Amino acid sequence: MSSNKKYWKSVEELKPNSSIVETLQNKEFVEEIPTEEFLGNKEKLDASSTSRRDFLKYVGFSTAAATLAACEGPVIKSIPYVVQPDSIIPGVANYYATTIADGFDFASVLVKTREGRPIKVENNTLALVSNTANARVNASVLGLYDSLRVQGPMKNGEAISWDEFNADIAQKLESLKGGEKDIVLLTQTFASPSTSKLIEEFKEIYGNVRHVVYDAISESASLDAYEVKYGERGLANYDFSKASTIVSIGADFLTDWQGGGFDSGYSKGRVPQNGRMSRHIQFESNMTLTGANADKRVPLTPGQQKVALAKLYSYVVGGSVPGDLPKSLDDTVRNAASELKKAGNNGVLVTGIQDINAQTVVLQINEALGSKAFDPETTIKTRQGDTKDVIELVSDLNAGKVGAIIMSGVNPVYTLPNSADFEEGLKRTELTVSFAMKLDETSSISEYVAASPHNLESWGDVELKKGHFGLMQPTIRPIFNTRQFQEILLVWNENDISYNDYIKELWNSEILVGTSFNQALHDGVFNAENSESGEGNSSDSTEIPAGAAARTLASGNETGGIELTLYSKVGMGDGQQANNPWLQEFPDPITRTSWDNYLTISKADAYELGLVNEYVATGALNGSYANISVNGTALKVPVIIQPGQAKGTVGLAFGYGRSAGLKEEMKTGVNAYDLYQDFNPVQNVEISAGEGMHEFACVQLQNTLMGRGDIIRETTLEVFNTKDKEYWNPVPHVSLNHIETSVRSPEVDLWDEFDRSIGHHFNLSVDLNACTGCGACVIACHAENNVPVVGKEEVRRSRDMHWLRIDRYYSSEESFAGDNIKKDSAKGLFGETGIKDTLLEMESAAIENPQVAFQPLMCQHCNHAPCETVCPVAATSHSRQGQNHMAYNRCVGTRYCANNCPYKVRRFNWFLYSQNDEFDYFMNDDLGRMVINPDVTVRSRGVMEKCSFCIQKTQKTILDAKREGREIKDGEFQTACSAACGNGAMVFGDVNDKESKVAKLKEDKRMYHLLESVGTKPNVMYQAKVRNTKEA
Amino acid sequence: MKKPYQSIEVNPNNNMKQVIHRILNVNLLRLSLILLIFISYSLSAQETGDPIKGKALFNTNCAACHNLDRKMVGPALRNVETRLLEEEGLDREWLNAWIRNSSGMIKSGDAYAVKIYEEYSKAAMTAFPQLSDEDLDNILAYTAQEKAVPAAAAVTTTTTADEGDDFGISNKLILGALAVLFGLLAFAFYLVNRTLRRFALAKNIELPEQATRMPLWQAFVKNQFLVLVAAIFLLLASAYFVYGYFMQLGIDQGYEPVQPIHYSHKIHAGENAIDCKYCHSSARVSKHSGIPSLNICMNCHKSIYEVAPETATAEYSKEFYDGEIKKLYEAVGWNEDDQSYTGVTKPVKWVRIHNLPDFAYFNHAQHVTVAGVECQTCHGPVEEMEIMYQHSPLTMGWCIDCHRKTNVNVKDNEYYAKVHEELSKQYGVDQFTAAQMGGLECGKCHY
Repeated sequence: MSSNKKYWKSVEELKPNSSIVETLQNKEFVEEIPTEEFLGNKEKLDASSTSRRDFLKYVGFSTAAATLAACEGPVIKSIPYVVQPDSIIPGVANYYATTIADGFDFASVLVKTREGRPIKVENNTLALVSNTANARVNASVLGLYDSLRVQGPMKNGEAISWDEFNADIAQKLESLKGGEKDIVLLTQTFASPSTSKLIEEFKEIYGNVRHVVYDAISESASLDAYEVKYGERGLANYDFSKASTIVSIGADFLTDWQGGGFDSGYSKGRVPQNGRMSRHIQFESNMTLTGANADKRVPLTPGQQKVALAKLYSYVVGGSVPGDLPKSLDDTVRNAASELKKAGNNGVLVTGIQDINAQTVVLQINEALGSKAFDPETTIKTRQGDTKDVIELVSDLNAGKVGAIIMSGVNPVYTLPNSADFEEGLKRTELTVSFAMKLDETSSISEYVAASPHNLESWGDVELKKGHFGLMQPTIRPIFNTRQFQEILLVWNENDISYNDYIKELWNSEILVGTSFNQALHDGVFNAENSESGEGNSSDSTEIPAGAAARTLASGNETGGIELTLYSKVGMGDGQQANNPWLQEFPDPITRTSWDNYLTISKADAYELGLVNEYVATGALNGSYANISVNGTALKVPVIIQPGQAKGTVGLAFGYGRSAGLKEEMKTGVNAYDLYQDFNPVQNVEISAGEGMHEFACVQLQNTLMGRGDIIRETTLEVFNTKDKEYWNPVPHVSLNHIETSVRSPEVDLWDEFDRSIGHHFNLSVDLNACTGCGACVIACHAENNVPVVGKEEVRRSRDMHWLRIDRYYSSEESFAGDNIKKDSAKGLFGETGIKDTLLEMESAAIENPQVAFQPLMCQHCNHAPCETVCPVAATSHSRQGQNHMAYNRCVGTRYCANNCPYKVRRFNWFLYSQNDEFDYFMNDDLGRMVINPDVTVRSRGVMEKCSFCIQKTQKTILDAKREGREIKDGEFQTACSAACGNGAMVFGDVNDKESKVAKLKEDKRMYHLLESVGTKPNVMYQAKVRNTKEA
Repeated sequence: MKKPYQSIEVNPNNNMKQVIHRILNVNLLRLSLILLIFISYSLSAQETGDPIKGKALFNTNCAACHNLDRKMVGPALRNVETRLLEEEGLDREWLNAWIRNSSGMIKSGDAYAVKIYEEYSKAAMTAFPQLSDEDLDNILAYTAQEKAVPAAAAVTTTTTADEGDDFGISNKLILGALAVLFGLLAFAFYLVNRTLRRFALAKNIELPEQATRMPLWQAFVKNQFLVLVAAIFLLLASAYFVYGYFMQLGIDQGYEPVQPIHYSHKIHAGENAIDCKYCHSSARVSKHSGIPSLNICMNCHKSIYEVAPETATAEYSKEFYDGEIKKLYEAVGWNEDDQSYTGVTKPVKWVRIHNLPDFAYFNHAQHVTVAGVECQTCHGPVEEMEIMYQHSPLTMGWCIDCHRKTNVNVKDNEYYAKVHEELSKQYGVDQFTAAQMGGLECGKCHY
């Protein structure tokens, strides 16, 4: 009897009417083989003067010639310094403390320079409160070597000298001085005491000067609310490590909310210690990084968020508010309120709703709670823009009231929603000057372009938070003929002093109070001991009554259509670094999609509108286009169906759709600023399906764990505290002679164990509780290890080269635990409870509100590595220090290792990615190659590569210790990722040093190895995720 | 001839040495003035002074900034005492005072002292209070000597050449004698053979006729086995040579490129015994040994503007070497007449000799500072190299050979303390080679 068993090669085949299966059935190869192209035309072949014989001659000759030529080595020149600077020793890195402050990202950092070239940004561990370097800050070093930078001052597109530039502008300013028309300075938020003073002096000299501070992504409402309440224009500072209950309504505080930098405090509270960890409840519409990390995530439309906040106010503080929420939501809000109240001063509430009432209510609730996490003393200074001023400026420009506009650090033609009006206004202005690094949208239409230096070439000072200062110092001589805004201001102010002396004077007289400037410069940070507290609580009289604010908030939220929430992506921010290939190729932590922005939409809405996502035969993701319009402004945007997106809402990221000052390949996505009307990130939008499909470069196709709880171990705090470790974090058992034996038992080992007890033995611990998925490590790894950028097309072919990726998984049930139960309870192959249908079902994430988990994944450096045994040329081998070595020069590119790796962390160089015009990213020009780390080989075509545990760094540490004749202390060993992780999620070290942190983590009861049952004995360990699910 | 720099080393206990060395350009002036004063002091001083001791003292203390016939950081000092007396009317007392404390004199407002100070770009001369009257006598005696006419060098060179020739001839003689001897022997055999044949003929003994044999090549061709063996042998032999040829590709042992400036390690490291790490200082702390920047050359060559006549060889004349020093001055932008930098520099494009491929990591500091390996171990007898060349093959096999043989220098190094103790406990031996410590692992050098 013939069996009716059906074999299937992929789940795709099981789907009825799958187009892929059909296509594949008819074709042997996925792509057309172009034989016709070169053999089809017989006439052409006959007409050719090159006979077959000639062809062979040429081939023979050129082969011989090439062989002979290859025998001769090239002559390599070495050019030493004429006078070697005494701080530079070739081959030894120097570190300088400085501050990144580009108007959007602010961070105290250390910059590693080699032979005078900055090559990497690292965290400044001396900085107490300031933000750790995020992915964009880590990537900013590449911006220094951008080949499209403006190389000198320009007038109407022609290069001029600085003298001409200064003379021209001084003359024009002189004629405008004290006149009817204003001189406007339109700048980013500098948060710089010295710049503020310079601008004040400029105002005094010229009289009719207006200074407009403009943040591309505005925090104006929060600033207003804070100013009204605390009499100071700044943002409320929160330290989440001090909170046991965190409620957030629409605040994506793990990324860029209020300038970012809250994640390290948050992570501290998330690691269970003494049976406690913080509880985090998130109400939001888009699936954000913050929501993904929350213990409880409630999808809510922006309109509902306002009502929820008002209700929360009434439940916590009292009073009644209008507005209705569905019963279940109302209960959730009530529960959150009771949890907050219970937590008392350990609770904290934050919101991202850009509405002065919402922000006032939040400040009021935190005050009512007496929240310890809320710190009104150290006000955040890194956002100061006022949207009212900007709106007024645009109308004044068009009314001809502005004589001169001088812009620095802003790109309003790109970032303003009404950029056409602004452009028109610029034409009516006599003098337009743009301080810019690139010929971007704004500077390319300005009369004068003042070439600005990169942050790493500049002097400066920043007051990040009140009383917490940072100094900026150049880490390289300006590469081009550039002058910074402040230098030119000094010229206009007719002050002969240099800008760094100016800073020094100001700091010595006003900030340092007797401490050494050089010390502050060395440290890069300075904390004022007793900053005069609160310039004024004087404005109490004008304070908005919170009750009234809550009522206003709750009313008038009837929403007809779909609500759009605009947000900034972890990789791209406000878009000023759009020409940075590292960031373009950085996969978004949530969607895992690079090289694009897109409309995130819920499955239900997508279904209604007929929008789809589908995988094509090569395994790449395609998505429908949608036409969206906000008050008449229309955009055609590709769509990604986002699990967890609140129904009736969509999301779209800023920072894409740039049109000037960047390479063709980087012109990706659409410009969401066009929809940012009235600087309100929430807009009502009309959506309809558009024509065609968009090709995405998505690096992760498997969205769920399919119930394999082994990969991400997680448990709840309750279980963690009460049950035995064996219950929630068991060591896998395998069958040995039909007896279940622990996989850690030496008897089940195929291999003899190598004694690694002497010397160093490196281990890396990744704490899934502390990891927020921010991706700083991914970029740090790029910078440290010369990882190439391959471009969108190659990423679509799954040829991305990231040595370190952060896998993101959704649960297909309400929780991952649910997934496991569901899979285990499947019975038989077919039928309703059969494994086939169950698995098919589990493929897609829970649409409404899945749980999310992040898992940084790099080479696991297995002690019994499957890759090593299959390499025919022994190119990959193991060291006694626990690192899995990869000798590139030995590799012949069979790719057996990648196929045999259970973790899929090996990367193959399909092409030569450096000095290849096909891959015109940073490694294709001399300037871009300056960022390359000289201690790491640039890989060539046809070799395999992978994470090396930053062996160049561990070796450096060992070599230095040997040279200095000392033992190595714990903490000295670092990898790029562990050093970049400000959240303490990654700990690297020597497990043979029993006192080391990593050795203790190895004994932690949360510790598990990935796919331990395979018996690979990895040197990377994970700390199981614990969720605080219990409602208090 | 001893170079002035080297002669500083002669007196290692003199603490002033360091100071002098550091502020070279600051203080030379003063000495010149002291010497000027000497002249005026008295003729008898010159007579009593010992110019030979004076020369040693001059080279130790003064030569960094002064030359007898040439203005350098400080003025030329030949006949300084006489000149000072005749031209300025300053006596030996003045000169002594100047040498021992010039800045004091400048401060006190001595007219000529101030003038000299101004003239030599306000660089005060180092004070030499440690010089006794006798020392000063000796130095001044040296400065009062007449300029010598160079003659000795030529003589030396000729002698050396002669010696070389002698050696060659003796070799040839022996070889010639041997050849004659062998010739005689052969002739003797021939004679014996002929005589014996004659005897045979005389005694009617019939010599057996040699049968006409098949020619050797035909025999060879007919013997299939031999052909096969020969073919295999030929193939193997050619394979051996082809393999040998391919294995030496990319190995530049003996690479000896022409450099833009003829820099002789033989003169610097050999004859003058300058420590390698004086110029290649980063070898101590960095992975690169570093090609010295030109300001390092100028540490000495500010005052050494020519080679001593003895330095010249048959191959390279004094003019040639002096010309090479001029090349340095041009590259670094040093104006000899003004004794100042012009600011116009032309960095030297040296041809790199030791080229490791990008994928191989090598760290000088590890070998030089930690392991205490002599530079010569890898770079060969650099101190004998007139032109630098690549001594070692720099192949991986060569590295590994050494790592297999060399014991790790664990002595007095805290880093190794624990590891060493554990390892010796485990293996019961006291010494470990680099290979045993993991020095053969791929990733130690390839990443």
